[in-house]
Amino acid sequence: MSKKILLEMHHVHKRFAGVHALNDVSFELREGEVHALLGENGAGKSTLIKVLGGIYQADEGEIHIDGNKVEIKGVEDAKKNGVAIIHQELVLVSHMTVAENIFLGREFGKGVLVNRRKMNEEAQKLLDEHQVHIRADVLVGKLTIAQQQMVEIVKAISQNSKILVMDEPTSSIADKEVEFLFETMRELTKRGVGIIYISHKMSELEQICDRVTVMRDGMYVGTEVVKNTTKDKLIAMMVGRALENYYTRDYHEPGEEVLRCEHISDGNMVKDVSFHLKKGEIIGFAGLVGAGRSETMKAIFGLTKDVSGEIMINGGKVKVTSPVEAMKHGLALVPEDRKQEGLYKVQSVRFNMTIEVLEQFIKGISVDDKKEIELTQKYIDMMSTKTPTQMQKIGNLSGGNQQKVIIGRWLATNPNVLILDEPTRGVDIGAKSEIYVIMNELVKKGVSIIMVSSELPEIINMSDRVYVMAEGRVTGCLNHDEVTQEAVMLLAAH
Amino acid sequence: MAQIKKKKSELPVSDNKGLMFLRENLGILIALAILCVLLSFLPATSSSFLSSQNIFNVLRQISTNMLIACAMTMVIILGGIDLSVGSIIALSGVIAAGCVARYNLPIAAALLAGVLVGTAIGVFNGFVISTTTIPPFIVTLATMNIARGLAKVYTGGSPVRVMSKQWQFIGGGYVGFIPVPVIIMVIAVVATALLMNKTKMGRHIYAVGGNAQAAVFSGIRVSTVKFTVHVYAGLMAGIAGIILASRMYSGQPTAGEGAEMDAIAAVVVGGTSMAGGAGKIGGTIIGALIIGVLNNGLNLMNVNSFWQDVVKGAVILLAVFIDYIRNKNA
Repeated sequence: MSKKILLEMHHVHKRFAGVHALNDVSFELREGEVHALLGENGAGKSTLIKVLGGIYQADEGEIHIDGNKVEIKGVEDAKKNGVAIIHQELVLVSHMTVAENIFLGREFGKGVLVNRRKMNEEAQKLLDEHQVHIRADVLVGKLTIAQQQMVEIVKAISQNSKILVMDEPTSSIADKEVEFLFETMRELTKRGVGIIYISHKMSELEQICDRVTVMRDGMYVGTEVVKNTTKDKLIAMMVGRALENYYTRDYHEPGEEVLRCEHISDGNMVKDVSFHLKKGEIIGFAGLVGAGRSETMKAIFGLTKDVSGEIMINGGKVKVTSPVEAMKHGLALVPEDRKQEGLYKVQSVRFNMTIEVLEQFIKGISVDDKKEIELTQKYIDMMSTKTPTQMQKIGNLSGGNQQKVIIGRWLATNPNVLILDEPTRGVDIGAKSEIYVIMNELVKKGVSIIMVSSELPEIINMSDRVYVMAEGRVTGCLNHDEVTQEAVMLLAAH
Repeated sequence: MAQIKKKKSELPVSDNKGLMFLRENLGILIALAILCVLLSFLPATSSSFLSSQNIFNVLRQISTNMLIACAMTMVIILGGIDLSVGSIIALSGVIAAGCVARYNLPIAAALLAGVLVGTAIGVFNGFVISTTTIPPFIVTLATMNIARGLAKVYTGGSPVRVMSKQWQFIGGGYVGFIPVPVIIMVIAVVATALLMNKTKMGRHIYAVGGNAQAAVFSGIRVSTVKFTVHVYAGLMAGIAGIILASRMYSGQPTAGEGAEMDAIAAVVVGGTSMAGGAGKIGGTIIGALIIGVLNNGLNLMNVNSFWQDVVKGAVILLAVFIDYIRNKNA
């Protein structure tokens, strides 16, 4: 680790109207290094990156690049100094080709005429050089998100960027594509590019990162060499206390069978799926992305048309053709994609919390405001949601608190069977651990939970039984005492 | 075990709705106030503006716009748009007038027929919009042309006259000293406000407009919600149509031209977002008042009607701009 230092940020401070967003933060990046930036939501990671990228200006502190002090007053300055940021939301133009995107704003050719062929050739050369197997003349809109990210990376490199910042690049791409992304990153580091890697996912650190810097509450906590540290230590650094027993689960003998699904098929992604669930039990659904787990849940919740198979609730056969019917039978589904399927972003926490139980306080044209407020407060408290007021727009809350509101919304319907689809996706560690506590309390009270999750540790530590799916079918069911990562992966790759 | 601190937080006191209304609409309320104060003191208008006759005059003039602006607020909160309301005004007006002038139907039946025709167009809009994914803009652009065309076909392009005192009651009559259209307007505003703020349907409209996919997960019948709102828009435009036909003693095939734009202006000035999911009827009421008072003031000052359009456009832009600044700083 004696490589040249590419970037140094010294004692950076940034204040926003009363909030000390960055408090004396220092950071260092070496040539050919992948340096992770870790911290909960609101820890100051993005603020630090925005200072580096010229979107914000630091109030105090210095930035050195290649040993020289630089002033980054705007996005242009950042580019000039070789800093490129790959944002979480991609900024490529989807109806233009890969080549046009790479050379956007610096097209080849004379005057207004673009030399398309030369541009395609140059772009293809760049892509091949970085072993990105994409054709330069296809439309960006036709690429997967991971491929688009790689186009962004190539674009950045073609602008002579030496410092690459990647903001949660793997949050929305499939496992297989993550591997491609990592390969591209490794190849870049060989050329001396330094990469700052922001991620929530601990497991990725070991795979790709050399060092990790942890931030908390706008402050620098420490920097560790990934090889010489442990996950528990990093978590403790992030949350500021040791989270002993990150997972909370008291196992007990489950009761009567509350739900049995037999031979569920949706004619598409779900093929002959059967499973059962007992009172007070948590069953996990594991599998790779695209295995048909979420689709199975949608099918039994009445969100899919033409579902075949049998659903039995408390021993009686029922027909579920719409979410309304599913809710009547005591089912609740907290959806996988919070933004698309859950949030009413411009509305208040209260609106979001009570939208499914309006009949409890609205009769005809009379609204019992007091009851609505009490109801909302009950679930805010139960979920320990942090929100300034009930009227706060939910879009302004952190991901973890948004998720708590959505879970609270479904708990308000008093479900017997709660289906949680990726309950902790995009949720910071503190909130995650709180969600586990709540799940544990719910099953103690006799609620039964189905948890679909792509995070194996969560599946393994929280479930009584684990169903594993692959290509639309259940490939196995493991009991709590026989679940291991290896056993699950073996069934998932069926 | 990870400890969760369950803070038993104090229950918030019931929100003060009046105060919230003031805060949300502060910008446009101030604009309306300034406008009224100006008109009360300007030499050209001070003598006439504050007379009760003029005030009722303003209210009567804005009544039809208020009706369709109320419905438009719902449509826009739903994330859509309804361009057909202006044409519905014409069609329902000419049909109602035709029923009296051509078929000698009783006036009440004729008026009802007019309203029903408007509602029927709303049913058609609602049906197509709720059962297909064709954008509301396109659907109502089509019905806008169809309804306007039908009104012209039915009348041959010239007004259908009805000369009777009874006919004129809905648009020009009084109950006591209050103009009938003003009474209808108040009823419509109250009904819409109740629907949006006090019913499950109202919440569902906000939910569908805010995130239709999430609404499906929440068990909300999205197509029913869309259908209802568009039928309501047809109904309101139908009522506006008979008010206008009554006031003008005739069903005119050109009535209500551009009325959809005035309604949209009132909604937007009132702070409802074109993106859907948020907005308030209260804002729209103030928006319609601003536009009405402005029109009235310009008339009292004898401003040329061509210039009136310019001023109106500038005021809309200004109102939305103030809103933009406020949101940016919030």
